Amino acid sequence: MADQKLGFIGEKLQNLNKDGIDRRGFLECMAWVGTGLVWTVSGGIPVSRAFAAGKDHTVMKGGELSFVQISDSHMGFNKPANPDVAATLQAAVDKINGLATAPEFMLHTGDISHLSKPEQFDNVDQILKGAKAKDAFFVPGEHDVLDDDGKSYRERYAKNSQGDGWYSFDKKGVHFIALVNVMNLKAGGLGTLGGEQLEWVKKDVKHLKSSTPIVVFAHIPLWSVYPEWGWGTQDSEQALSYLKKFGSVTVLNGHIHQIMQKVEGNVTFHSAMSTAFPQPAPGKADSPGPMKVPAEQLKSVLGISDVNYMQGQHSLAVVDSTLG
Amino acid sequence: MKTKARWTVVALPMIAVLLLAGSARLRAADQPAGAEVKIDNFSFGPQTITVPVGATVTWTNRDDIPHTVVSTDGVFKSKVRDTDEKFSYTFTKAGTYSYFCSIHPKMTGKVVVQ
Repeated sequence: MADQKLGFIGEKLQNLNKDGIDRRGFLECMAWVGTGLVWTVSGGIPVSRAFAAGKDHTVMKGGELSFVQISDSHMGFNKPANPDVAATLQAAVDKINGLATAPEFMLHTGDISHLSKPEQFDNVDQILKGAKAKDAFFVPGEHDVLDDDGKSYRERYAKNSQGDGWYSFDKKGVHFIALVNVMNLKAGGLGTLGGEQLEWVKKDVKHLKSSTPIVVFAHIPLWSVYPEWGWGTQDSEQALSYLKKFGSVTVLNGHIHQIMQKVEGNVTFHSAMSTAFPQPAPGKADSPGPMKVPAEQLKSVLGISDVNYMQGQHSLAVVDSTLG
Repeated sequence: MKTKARWTVVALPMIAVLLLAGSARLRAADQPAGAEVKIDNFSFGPQTITVPVGATVTWTNRDDIPHTVVSTDGVFKSKVRDTDEKFSYTFTKAGTYSYFCSIHPKMTGKVVVQ
């Protein structure tokens, strides 16, 4: 079965190499994501390696850095789209604990809580304590900074941050940049990074070698997914311009509660599923609110993203998987 | 004597109630009527509302997601309103008041006070 898949993919890759990257070809490839294929992006061309179902993930052996992205847990939400978001977050933790390569840490790309209430943050912290991953890093969603301009969010999740809660850190030679684009939103506008944060990004990466893999994570997508619904960041272009020198930039976002991917030169953009409820595809509904699916299908539209960096590859492999 | 007393016991309170009701109606007539804005499907309905000076506008969130009501000029700002929660503001000065939801900034509305 795996051999058949490889043959099919080999053919597709041949076509891609002939055509270069075209959207349809890339989307066809992306349809395989979540079915047990690892895609890495090397030099702008997606390269796949099939890995066998089950425990023998030979591709992952020798993997240098493994972490997991979760997003949009919306603790406190209790409407029909998902009356028990704590249970689905627990299912996400169970999924994380079942990964063949235990992730070193988790990245939560925001909307941790639904209403910024202390008991909601507490509840998430409690559930995440059960994950094998030792550490967790967060960025806020707009639901995490309600009524107090993000003060309680920062006290809990961004103690050593600057400004509205941005910070950076390094893991095994990969440089992680945590950005906040959900503060000071203007009427009719999109996500915003702001001048102070942009200046900080510029300084933060100034002395890094261009061979350093970069991972940027922020809540609202840093590319224009669907501006009509506010799914974009008005000044993200400027932030990305400071990262032009780097050979590998991976952008991880949340907010839209569905997987979307885009490759632009050396930058791979990826948005994750929510662990709470799905939202409609761009323009497929009147508004981007919670989307109801039959109860037995809920877990199939929620999920996590497993991210692996293999030294020498200089690019990161992102594998999305659903909760059920 | 007894009958006279009973009559006043019944009649006086009735008269008092009628007088109070009458004056309450008079007070209500002096006040401009309240106006309602419904928040649903990531939008304010009606998007533009026109009210007289002194009117109170009440926003009710009927959406399944929380929203806020925030004036673009800093005139009023609600706390987060979850489903079925309300926010009211009384407009004492004429003018045009643009507002939006600070959580979902694409949601905008206007109150015209004249």
